[in-house]
Amino acid sequence: MSDKFDVAIVGAGPSGSAAALTLAKAGLSVVVFERGEFPGSKNMFGGVLYTPILEKLVPNFWEEAPLERHIVKRRFGLFSEFSEAAFEFRCEDFNQKPPFNQSFSALRAQFDPWLAKKAEDAGALIIPETVVDDLLWKDGKVIGVKARREGGEIEADVVILADGVNSFLAKKSGLRKDFTWNVLAVAAKEIIALPRGTIEDRFGLEGDEGLAMECFGDVVAGTVGAGFIYTNKETLSVGVACSINAFIDKKIVPNDLLERFKNHPSIRRLIRGGETLEYAGHMIPEGGHKQVPEVISDGLLLVGDAAHFVNASFYHEGTNLAMASGLFAAETIIEAKKKDDFSQRGLKGYLKKLEESFVLKDLKKYRQVEDWAHKNGRFFKEYPDLMLDVLKDYFTVSETPKSVIQQNIVKKLRSQLKPLRTLVELNRFRKSFFSS
Amino acid sequence: MNIAVCIKQVPATESKIRPSADGKDIDRTGLSFVVNPYDEFGLEEALKIKEQVGKGTVTVISIGEDKTIEALRTCLAVGADQAIHIKDPALSGSDTHAIALVLTAALQKENYDIIFFGKQAIDNDSGAVGIHVAELMNLPHVAVINKLEVSPDDKKAVAHRQIEGGTEVINIDLPAIFTCQKELNVPRYASLPGIMKAKQKPMTIYSLNDLNIATDAVGAEKAMITLDQLSPPEKRTAGTALEGNAGEAVTALVRLLHEEAKIF
Ligand SMILES: Cc1cc2nc3c(=O)[nH]c(=O)nc-3n(C[C@H](O)[C@H](O)[C@H](O)COP(=O)(O)OP(=O)(O)OC[C@H]3O[C@@H](n4cnc5c(N)ncnc54)[C@H](O)[C@@H]3O)c2cc1C
Ligand SMILES: Cc1cc2nc3c(=O)[nH]c(=O)nc-3n(C[C@H](O)[C@H](O)[C@H](O)COP(=O)(O)OP(=O)(O)OC[C@H]3O[C@@H](n4cnc5c(N)ncnc54)[C@H](O)[C@@H]3O)c2cc1C
Repeated sequence: MSDKFDVAIVGAGPSGSAAALTLAKAGLSVVVFERGEFPGSKNMFGGVLYTPILEKLVPNFWEEAPLERHIVKRRFGLFSEFSEAAFEFRCEDFNQKPPFNQSFSALRAQFDPWLAKKAEDAGALIIPETVVDDLLWKDGKVIGVKARREGGEIEADVVILADGVNSFLAKKSGLRKDFTWNVLAVAAKEIIALPRGTIEDRFGLEGDEGLAMECFGDVVAGTVGAGFIYTNKETLSVGVACSINAFIDKKIVPNDLLERFKNHPSIRRLIRGGETLEYAGHMIPEGGHKQVPEVISDGLLLVGDAAHFVNASFYHEGTNLAMASGLFAAETIIEAKKKDDFSQRGLKGYLKKLEESFVLKDLKKYRQVEDWAHKNGRFFKEYPDLMLDVLKDYFTVSETPKSVIQQNIVKKLRSQLKPLRTLVELNRFRKSFFSS
Repeated sequence: MNIAVCIKQVPATESKIRPSADGKDIDRTGLSFVVNPYDEFGLEEALKIKEQVGKGTVTVISIGEDKTIEALRTCLAVGADQAIHIKDPALSGSDTHAIALVLTAALQKENYDIIFFGKQAIDNDSGAVGIHVAELMNLPHVAVINKLEVSPDDKKAVAHRQIEGGTEVINIDLPAIFTCQKELNVPRYASLPGIMKAKQKPMTIYSLNDLNIATDAVGAEKAMITLDQLSPPEKRTAGTALEGNAGEAVTALVRLLHEEAKIF
């Protein structure tokens, strides 16, 4: 069949397009199937694109990529019902020259088609509005895909599954089991339009500077999760992301949680007067390292969210890992082609590349965070509440002598904290986040 | 049998349309675009006729900006043999008449036996271009057809159109122009081989110069229609329930219709 390709890729998100671009640049014949009307049409994420790998894929990407703002400020807020305490970090070093701090707010409906176009310009054939339903097998080896169109069977030496968190093809292939609920988070997000000047004034930004803000505690009903606001040029990405278990425990649906977040007195003022342009929901694979499935079999590689490559710890970093895994998969196939060996053995270099890079190193480093979070719910509800309560006592102005206030605070802390337990919990926190 | 199908790229039906800042056009940012659904009926009919006759070419033609090429590619993937994309900066601000003039010039470069249009484009909804072209080309036309039969010798056709309370059946000599209504057929989807082959099919690009049309013959300056203002439909306010028994409610309703709605 003359229509045989070197590589068939399912999904034109960041991972699929990164692979397609790399393969096409090396002269391999590549076809990419995307079920959306165009790449990115239905994709969503929080809003910060981390770009070290993108720079490898497209040098000077900032000159042409549809980016919104470069992040110069990060803010972490702890919330109780009426109070907020926040830590904010801004650095002028992140504001010097592109690529700044390799982090940009972005909108997927613009970024994904741009990256896919790059792959197309390099020679990849991108076929939108086409769902891949199945893999083609021969003698236990993957030899192509079956797309939902007349004449939809396409052969390829290697198939890359870049079809995202729900990848049912990865399940069908046997590489991956169904994700269980507790390793998935659900997110709801709105894009809210505000005039540029209003955004800059409200968030203390100038020009194309941007802010990434994550909010914990009561804003998300004290669940293991967070609310977020990322500033775009003329919109805000406003959303919440929590583990599915949290939604079940609290008997709350994502949309209500988002409303709760938006209506907190500290958040309300930031989005006031904005017009909601879009609403979207999505899942995030947050199980970390131990959920990463087998990613290689004969003629088949898994990349991006399909392989569970998301570092959910502090960073909510997925796109960078997606593009990295796409790049590594492509490099591996380019090498395998030289030997014409696309078996699991011939492709095993992929795993090595992952292990030697930040992709698996970071996932490994943070392997305990997810467990920690689920076993230490107090960090999301009781501790923030207590801390904000104490801060309120401290800052409340009255005739009570300061010494008495301080004594009362100490009493309160004593009565509500079990020192030993707290120490143990803090130690676990340290271990989960800061040990290697 | 040479068949031309004029297609327009329009915002997808589910799009949320907003007027642009100056109120003279729609705001196209973030919209997704499709081939005008009525034009798809034209393309399907053209492909069916070609298959039935067993020879000929189907050419799709569109005027529009760079993005229009996507709509033309879609038609090639579905089965058209070649595409003509007419683009020129001078076309900006053109009205229906200018669009018809330019299409006429492009259509006259070849001999087509049948030319299909949609009955209307679902964005501007003029329902005018097809008929306008028929006049300019001095060709017979049947508008809003829902059935078409072409004679075995390719010389004649029988077109059906729905009229109030019945069907009008029209015998017409080819070449002729038809504008298509939705009952005409069920458009096919592109097959995967179709999509792959589309890239290799000929795509001709014409500027006004290529069509021997002076740039000042079209565009905003030459528009015979002036567009005053586009405005979004008024937001629907909540309805009012009238209190009281039937008699009182009717009295209140009549008063409201007279005083508030001012319909009489
Ligand atoms: C709420 C939320 C916030 C996030 N925030 C961030 C953030 O701020 N920064 C960050 O870096 N990451 C973030 N992430 C993670 C990031 O979005 C993902 O890790 C990244 O998009 C993964 O890329 P991918 O290419 O693997 O998959 P996806 O982006 O999910 O792309 C998969 C593609 O495959 C297509 N597809 C699926 N099935 C089929 C099929 N059968 N046939 C054809 N096509 C198919 C889909 O339409 C889609 O285009 C966030 C995720 C969520 C949900
Ligand atoms: C003053 C004025 C300024 C305008 N300025 C612009 C402008 O700057 N940019 C702009 O995009 N529009 C502009 N328009 C709208 C444009 O003129 C109309 O879209 C055009 O006249 C066709 O009308 P319609 O879309 O309602 O087509 P209809 O008459 O409803 O269409 C019937 C059929 O004609 C065919 N057809 C229609 N348009 C095309 C096309 N472009 N190419 C191929 N076939 C076609 C299709 O088969 C379609 O189904 C302007 C209109 C006015 C009055």
